Amino acid sequence: MDDILDNQTEVSCDVLVIGGGTAGPMAALKAKLANPKSTVILLEKANVKRSGAISMGMDGLNNAVVPGYATPEQYTKEITIANDGIVDQKPVLKYAQTCYSIIEELDSYGIRFQKTANGDFAVKKVHHIGTYVLPMPNGETVKKALYRQLRRARLLISNRFMATRLLVGDGRIAGAIAVNTRSGELLVVRAKAVVLCMGAAGRLGLPTSGYMFGTYENAANSGDGYAMAYHAGAALANLECFQINPLIKDYNGPACAYVAGPFGAYTANNKGQRFIECDYWSGQMMLEFYNELQSGNGPVFLKLDHLHADTVGEIEDILHRVERPSRSAFHAGRHTDYRRQMIEMHISEIGFCSGHSASGVFVDEYARTTIPGLYAAGDMASVPHNYMLGAFTNGSVAGKDAAEFASGYELAAFDRGDVERERERVLAPTRRDDGIPPNQIEYKTRRLVNDYLQPPKVARKYELAQQRFAEVREDMERTMIARNAHELLRALEASSILDCADMAAHASLYRAESRWGLYHLRTDFPEKNDNDWFCHTLLSKRAGRMTSEKRAIAPYVVPIADDEKKLYDKQRVGARAAV
Amino acid sequence: MPLANTSTSVPVIVDNEKCIADKGCTVCVDVCPLDVLRISEQTGKAYMAYDECWYCMPCAADCPTGAVTVNIPYLLK
Ligand SMILES: Cc1cc2nc3c(=O)[nH]c(=O)nc-3n(C[C@H](O)[C@H](O)[C@H](O)COP(=O)(O)OP(=O)(O)OC[C@H]3O[C@@H](n4cnc5c(N)ncnc54)[C@H](O)[C@@H]3O)c2cc1C
Ligand code: SF4
Ligand code: SF4
Repeated sequence: MDDILDNQTEVSCDVLVIGGGTAGPMAALKAKLANPKSTVILLEKANVKRSGAISMGMDGLNNAVVPGYATPEQYTKEITIANDGIVDQKPVLKYAQTCYSIIEELDSYGIRFQKTANGDFAVKKVHHIGTYVLPMPNGETVKKALYRQLRRARLLISNRFMATRLLVGDGRIAGAIAVNTRSGELLVVRAKAVVLCMGAAGRLGLPTSGYMFGTYENAANSGDGYAMAYHAGAALANLECFQINPLIKDYNGPACAYVAGPFGAYTANNKGQRFIECDYWSGQMMLEFYNELQSGNGPVFLKLDHLHADTVGEIEDILHRVERPSRSAFHAGRHTDYRRQMIEMHISEIGFCSGHSASGVFVDEYARTTIPGLYAAGDMASVPHNYMLGAFTNGSVAGKDAAEFASGYELAAFDRGDVERERERVLAPTRRDDGIPPNQIEYKTRRLVNDYLQPPKVARKYELAQQRFAEVREDMERTMIARNAHELLRALEASSILDCADMAAHASLYRAESRWGLYHLRTDFPEKNDNDWFCHTLLSKRAGRMTSEKRAIAPYVVPIADDEKKLYDKQRVGARAAV
Repeated sequence: MPLANTSTSVPVIVDNEKCIADKGCTVCVDVCPLDVLRISEQTGKAYMAYDECWYCMPCAADCPTGAVTVNIPYLLK
């Protein structure tokens, strides 16, 4: 089973899209439709039918900018404030202006959105200021509907190929190298343009349960996209702005105040009292959540037991069918019932994810990275708080622009030695008879991430983490062993995870202030310092070394008044009155 | 360092009576995002080969005969 075959194939295409979860299918579709004669390949580690965050569908759009409820300018303002001012507004505004047309397109694919009696979209208020959450009554069909479109457009889909490195030549993108996850065979894909849609770095921290695959993010998202962009020399933005989410304790589903909130549920402390005004996920909100967890009022709960049984039934019908349907088995095993008990909550492991926070490969409003011909969209691209509709919308933007880029170029030349070196790196663990298996390399890395990188952040702890990571890296490079193709997949993932751990440490040490609430809470620099740090940080590989630098924030296109800037700092119940 | 075989209880169970892998079905193996299911060479039925499950449930949702049950992994049950 999973025997390793020593083989290598080479193919060429106009546009290569890597990752067939949410953003990827949309990018591939748009690239193909923009230029139907071109060759577009969609490469996926798993199977596009059921891959990515939306493998079992989603219960709603978290950030729909729907006319009549909000304007693109209001949305841009809200996200700027929610992300503590560190926002390139142009991509956010572009998203906000474009996303409604994508909702209409999804609607035409057969995905339904909740409507009022008058036939208008029924958008709900969850954010601090505006109204942006649009439920999807048949949300479980998202992936199927998308897949039908891909089949219709006759896209080339390569399932079970894990991309491992990008190829760069002539100062632009040249393609990518991938490994078959069932045979270990290498695939070299030459491409005129490449779109990275590999999702969040979701296997960075270790869930408190200790189960390595019990992550909030789809556990196939091991941060390969971040590692590949880094090794290719692209800039990555604001990696110190970690993703940390409020989840059900031990279960990796969101407690889902976004679903239950509009019905009257809320996040409560052990006294059953509301302590945050708004359940929309932001670093500032997570800090209050964390404070409450640590306090005498902890732990924190999702409270529904005050709602009518029929209302709870309606909520359960959504939560137990879509997104994380094993939730019902979890509650049954614990004998918990939303009608009778509050549900214990906890905070998730850390990760990188722009979809929820702001840590991603740096992109502009055309989804272009800093390498010509290389694009990124979805959770791994730096557009903050972008969620599912952001992945669809910016995937679409990326696909179109990539098609145009590809039409103006021939395939770039590249150094054949790069393929040889990657081949050696990939296969090294298969050539050993004895050594450390990938699961131990991965477990140790992630345990160290929890011990040292989980906020609150302290420089000395971070430096210790860097030393430990270097030791694990040495073990990985010298002794990691993979006995079959499946273990090789995990070995390559372990390497991405370690790269992400190093980047998380480096970026966090660089920003010598606290920002984004819990996401970058440095106890040794507890204050926000706008004089020195009102800027992005960009991390990249220069002459083989990890470096960080500041990047000025582009002048806002949507101005924020001084009294609005701190609105997300006032999350605690009563804080608004007090300030 | 020599390797040991440490046993774990896996969360996904396949009902061999219902599984039609011996008639050529590989649906659950094909759709699993974590690629942890295989068809057993001994029994000709699907089974969980690697304890690396996201308990996401496409395997159960897409199985044509309802043979798959996804349980919560013991560590977080
Ligand atoms: C549990 C959960 C609940 C959520 N709920 C909501 C919600 O209710 N509303 C909302 O708007 N948003 C929600 N989100 C966020 C939203 O789902 C994501 O922001 C969005 O789907 C991300 O899309 P993506 O394309 O970036 O990543 P994904 O959809 O995760 O796709 C990434 C793909 O890349 C593939 N891949 C990874 N590495 C490689 C590699 N090396 N080679 C090839 N392929 C690779 C993966 O297999 C995967 O298919 C939720 C997310 C999660 C995890
Ligand atoms: S999908 Fe069902 S019937 Fe098919 S192989 Fe899997 S368990 Fe057997
Ligand atoms: S629950 Fe998900 S990860 Fe587990 S075996 Fe089924 S499809 Fe695979």
